[in-house]
Amino acid sequence: MSDVLTSTPKAVSGPANFLDERLGGGAFLKRNLRKIFPDHWSFLLGEIALYSFVVLLLTGTFLTLWFKPSMMEIAYDGSYAPLKGVMMSEAYASSLEISFDVRGGLLIRQMHHWAALLFVAGMMVHALRVFFTGAYRKPREINWLIGVLLLTLALAEGLTGYSLPDDLLSGAGLRITEGVAISLPLVGTYITFFLFGGEYPGGDVISRFYSLHILLIPGILLALVSAHMVLMWVQKHTQMPGKGRTNQNVVGAPFYPAFMAKAGAYFLFTLGVIAGLATFTQINPIWIFGPYTPADVSAGSQPDFYMGFLEGALRIMPPWEINLFGTSHAGTLPLSVLIPALVPMGIIMTGLALYPFLERWVTGDHREHHIADRPRNNPHRTSIGVSAITFYGVLWLLGANDEIAANFHISLNMTTYAGRVLIFVAPALAYLIAYRMCLGLQRSDQAVISHGVESGVIKRLPHGEFIEVHTPPAEDMEAHLRGKEAVPMLPVAEDGAGIPPAGMRGPLGRLRARMSKAYGGEKIPLEDGHGHGHDEHAAIEHGEAHGGDEEHAAVGAGGDDRSLTH
Amino acid sequence: MTDNEHEIEQPDERVPKRVIGTPPPGTSMLGTAEVTQAEEEAPGVNLQDETKARKAEKIVAFCFMITFVAAIAFIISYVVFQVGSPEATGTSNMALGTSLTVAILSLAIGIVVWVRQIMPKYSLVQERHPMVSDEDVRGVVEKTFIEGANESGFVKRKLLRRTLLLGAAPLGLIPLVLLRDLDNSKMPGSQFNKLLRHTVWGEKTKDGKPRKLVVEGTGQPIRAADFNSPGGILSVVPEGYEHDLNALAKATLILIKFRPEELKSGVKQNWTHDGIVAYSKICTHVGCPAALYEQNTHHILCPCHQSTFDAADGAKVIFGPAARPLPQLPITVDSEGYLIAQGDFEVPPGPSYWERGDAEAEARAKGGQA
Ligand code: HEM
Ligand code: FES
Repeated sequence: MSDVLTSTPKAVSGPANFLDERLGGGAFLKRNLRKIFPDHWSFLLGEIALYSFVVLLLTGTFLTLWFKPSMMEIAYDGSYAPLKGVMMSEAYASSLEISFDVRGGLLIRQMHHWAALLFVAGMMVHALRVFFTGAYRKPREINWLIGVLLLTLALAEGLTGYSLPDDLLSGAGLRITEGVAISLPLVGTYITFFLFGGEYPGGDVISRFYSLHILLIPGILLALVSAHMVLMWVQKHTQMPGKGRTNQNVVGAPFYPAFMAKAGAYFLFTLGVIAGLATFTQINPIWIFGPYTPADVSAGSQPDFYMGFLEGALRIMPPWEINLFGTSHAGTLPLSVLIPALVPMGIIMTGLALYPFLERWVTGDHREHHIADRPRNNPHRTSIGVSAITFYGVLWLLGANDEIAANFHISLNMTTYAGRVLIFVAPALAYLIAYRMCLGLQRSDQAVISHGVESGVIKRLPHGEFIEVHTPPAEDMEAHLRGKEAVPMLPVAEDGAGIPPAGMRGPLGRLRARMSKAYGGEKIPLEDGHGHGHDEHAAIEHGEAHGGDEEHAAVGAGGDDRSLTH
Repeated sequence: MTDNEHEIEQPDERVPKRVIGTPPPGTSMLGTAEVTQAEEEAPGVNLQDETKARKAEKIVAFCFMITFVAAIAFIISYVVFQVGSPEATGTSNMALGTSLTVAILSLAIGIVVWVRQIMPKYSLVQERHPMVSDEDVRGVVEKTFIEGANESGFVKRKLLRRTLLLGAAPLGLIPLVLLRDLDNSKMPGSQFNKLLRHTVWGEKTKDGKPRKLVVEGTGQPIRAADFNSPGGILSVVPEGYEHDLNALAKATLILIKFRPEELKSGVKQNWTHDGIVAYSKICTHVGCPAALYEQNTHHILCPCHQSTFDAADGAKVIFGPAARPLPQLPITVDSEGYLIAQGDFEVPPGPSYWERGDAEAEARAKGGQA
């Protein structure tokens, strides 16, 4: 405590002065240095994605220094003995060079791949956090849309990157990409010929994917990530409900110095974990697979996890194909490719993009929201989310149905038949279960508010009965629970003559009204006024009103002391 | 700092504990511990206890020292460990990776301890304001917009507006037009699909002979008499195109030897030779090589999405998403007894596409073999 700064040191004030005189950033810093960031573990999920992206940019740039995006066939002449003299593309040869002839090359290559997985996974859980807490609501819809775009682009970025090394495994992925592209109605052959520069595989696709992978898509990603951050900064982060937190404030730690340091540490954690994974867990050992040839495939080949759901969808599809115009040379619809390739992805991405707007349409809620919902407090939203996760999860698991069949000794065909049923049944079941669970959790919140929490203090009454003393919840916890608010609903009530309000007539209007009634409203009010004695209720209200020590004690004695001997 | 402050930061973590169990000691349930903010500078900024902070400082310094040592270790490892063989590369990877991981993680841990135990605990409050701008600001903007629109003449001068749109439309098409030559074949787009109908099996060799079937990898031609054990299977490519990936993507075959009595009606008998049948190896689903074969069931299995084809019965689909059988290639032997192609596939091999049509029905109508 001896050294305390009383004036800005020259080393800082000099440059700061120089910049301020030219840029005038003083006002900005005055407003923003102490910008407040709320704290909650789930707010860190997006940061995982952000920092993984930074790691991808750094490691990816390192890889470009040696990688040769060329499909020219050469005889391998590097130091990996088993492939010496084998004909392969320069892309594959240079990937081997990075792995075996560049010190640290294997480490960085594996870090790049692990960071890619973490990037996508981080975005997914972050998006789920935002969804389940309703943080996409006004004014954050635009940032939500940017997020959906980011997720889509990340899949494209992963797909192009995965194809670059041109080993047997990456080629299998490319072949599937081609099979899907060529199946598109009307434009399929055009798209594949333009993409591959002619017939598959041609000699161009690696260099084309390369420019997409290292320039175009990362450029767009970077722009969108920046926009995402700026919007978050301007709109300020949402916060969890709690003591002293309202829709009009932010409670937390200042950017400088606390949040800044924490964010720095968090970046380092992400980087450190990626480095650790790359050190101890081998990923994509391309030298084992050998160079790509369309004539071969390595059995049990699996795509990266984020493509697994598409793989699963392709696997459970029945063999449907339609020839609209019989034998004439047009009109073939390979549904067993088109449906699995487009429909699940379409449902998920479109659903994500539209959800904030659909919800607003159904609830008629046009207010700004800065307090995050607890998932239980909007049971239909939570159930829809859980249902979507289940849909995705079933497809994802079926992307590995061969492994499942082998590990659990069930027939492969059984897993496929089960998948065809589960893809419809499981999301519906998940919806019902999640809905019940939300209501159950709401009820337990209600119990805490109405009856207090179990204190652990057992009291023996004069007539011999044992009771456990209940006390009101602690202030901050109660504030957290009371952050709940009924899900808004449209004014759907019919007037005296049985006529629904304007906008609720007609088939669409009636559907909207019905959905609003189901979706909105308070399912389990926090205060249940019935079934318990008057004085108990009064006592709790009394406790709330003052919140001091004596009141707590008083409530402890006279509160809702439930018998343990019932 | 007090416990209370900490709870505000981590509400979700603490709440369930108290709902489920009994309250943790020292909380406000039966009497709040007084919030001690002895050293407080400003509301919401709670300084750490100095003795604790001093202890933390030592931990942080220790972490930073580890980072120093590990970073030096990284540089030394880079110089000491060479790469090349899988073993040497593995050692280098382990040394570099471990030192990097340790260096970075201990730096991270140091900073976290610093933030949590040395920096104050904060619970600062900042106001939010609605995103929407004030009414009068919006009024001014609207007025300015209208003024500018009128001043520019864009509203009044129709000719200007229309010709601008007219000019912009083809200009916007230029990027698309420029992409036309992405395809190198220099043929009209409507002809692309014609290429897909043919494979190199339909072409004679340079000296005018039918094309031999050769083993993938070795390039050896196959004498029918040598491929004689029933249940045998070979991956086969066209002679002269052993390393042409474009050719292989359509023309690779799977060659299977049957006992004559095993063959069922789906197999075109006069396209076989002595129980040897050739099917396209390119899956009719999305084009993976259908590379797995089960001898006793005669099933060809595609590892990608598990389409299963009955090789004894014209490779018709018995399971999975593939909608069509693997096309059979007509084969025979030449004068020396080597397996050769009689001609091309009757239908396009590989995945379906819009212009494919019902090629199987078309072939049948043309009086192809039963
Ligand atoms: C932003 C998201 C990115 C994702 C999801 C991603 C993903 C991938 C993946 C999965 C691979 C295959 C890795 C392997 O060989 O095992 C790859 C390879 C590669 N990436 Fe990225 N990447 C990203 C960004 C970048 C950037 C920004 C660059 C360059 C500036 C880059 C350069 C490369 C190069 C050169 C390769 C081929 C190297 C090789 O396989 O040996 N990547 N990428
Ligand atoms: S490519 Fe063969 S089953 Fe999909």
